[in-house]
Amino acid sequence: MNDKSMVGLSHEEIQRYSRHLLLPEVGLEGQKKLKSASVLIIGAGGLGSPIAMYLAAAGIGRIGLVDMDVVEESNLQRQIIHDSDRTGELKTESARRSIARINPFVQVDTYCEKFTAENALNIARDYDIIIDGADNFPTRYLVNDVCVILGKPNVYGSILRFEGQASVFSAKHGPCYRCLYPEPPPEDLAPNCAEGGVIGVLPGMIGTIQANEAIKIIIGKGTPLYNRLLVLDALDMRFREMKISKNPDCSLCGNTPTITALIDSQYYCGITPKSGEYRMDRNEFISPYELAEKLDNDDVLLVDVRSPEEHAIFAIENSISIPLQELTARVGELNKQRDIVIYCKSGIRGAKAVEFLNAEGFARVRNLDGGIAAWAKEVDREIPGY
Amino acid sequence: MNIKVRYFASMRDRMGRAEDTVSVDGDTITVTDLWKKASGGQDLPASTLIAVNMEYTDSAHAVKNGDEVAFFPPVTGG
Ligand SMILES: [Zn+2]
Repeated sequence: MNDKSMVGLSHEEIQRYSRHLLLPEVGLEGQKKLKSASVLIIGAGGLGSPIAMYLAAAGIGRIGLVDMDVVEESNLQRQIIHDSDRTGELKTESARRSIARINPFVQVDTYCEKFTAENALNIARDYDIIIDGADNFPTRYLVNDVCVILGKPNVYGSILRFEGQASVFSAKHGPCYRCLYPEPPPEDLAPNCAEGGVIGVLPGMIGTIQANEAIKIIIGKGTPLYNRLLVLDALDMRFREMKISKNPDCSLCGNTPTITALIDSQYYCGITPKSGEYRMDRNEFISPYELAEKLDNDDVLLVDVRSPEEHAIFAIENSISIPLQELTARVGELNKQRDIVIYCKSGIRGAKAVEFLNAEGFARVRNLDGGIAAWAKEVDREIPGY
Repeated sequence: MNIKVRYFASMRDRMGRAEDTVSVDGDTITVTDLWKKASGGQDLPASTLIAVNMEYTDSAHAVKNGDEVAFFPPVTGG
């Protein structure tokens, strides 16, 4: 928000933003602030889509986008900044084109890379506000830590299924994310959208709240979501608001901080974002080819530990469904004398199931390496990705 | 006394319900003990945000008759 007195608005811009200019809370001065402002959006996915589109339309001068993914078919149900003909394209480039169509006055800077402890400070330093639209915990903690270290507001939002949360974390005004959740959680407590599913309009509802908060902070009007966590239940359609406050013992923004530099959290907390890192003993895995052969020749029980919804979309033939959460209760259905192969989508839940069954005394149980995703690639190409 | 307990996000799936009314002997109970009672003896997962009457608090908080206690696990989807 530097040099706001220096920027002017062209005739074209005055026409474009006229409904803002009529608002006493925005007006010409506010619109110039928006034009002078820079906002960094972490993630060009579900939340990032409406955030970037509305902020672009609103006339934010510079928008930065951090995302390293490409557009996939399964994104299109909610990531509305990407069109059907953009699958396979980098999300940052697809988003750049959409923004240019919405408002050519906006400068877009893209960072097609992972947001890491190494690059985060350099990327974030040049922006006034950071908006968290990440889809994983390591990135969320990094966004939070960068914002506290640089003293910038972190406009937070997250979604799952029919539930969403939004807040504005600013160490100056209230708590940071670590005040509420000191460390990244164990994986099974926090499924992501790829595992848990998400209703497509939900990121639209939470993302527009984030965009609105960013605009309010820039123009300096209204009451930002400091010290409040907004919780949306879109199934019952209820907004609840939780009063939150700084934790004096916060390891980052508390009275005696112990975190003083950035850390990539997956390296110290055991969070493994990709299935490949959840390796245990190789003997506990079976490759898709090996399984295909075994199914032809031997007696083997195939157990799908994904959710019933996932099982209904597509399952390997003759497999039974025991969702991971039900495994403890239903372990009695399995025979210890039989060869058992467990599978899930990509191998993570399967690994947990094998670990559990081993502890229960099952010695002849293996995990399909790479899950049904690898099976679809290597054995049965008729199975759609989901 | 009766305490209203609400579960959010993955906690709701884990419990298989969105809310409970837990009846407790005595006039106060800590959040930790309330959770144990509601969940059938489980430990409260470490990364859980607790709110009593929609105000953020910690697990040692003493809950009283008529309070509403909510458990929020972290949500990461974007
Ligand atoms: Zn903090």
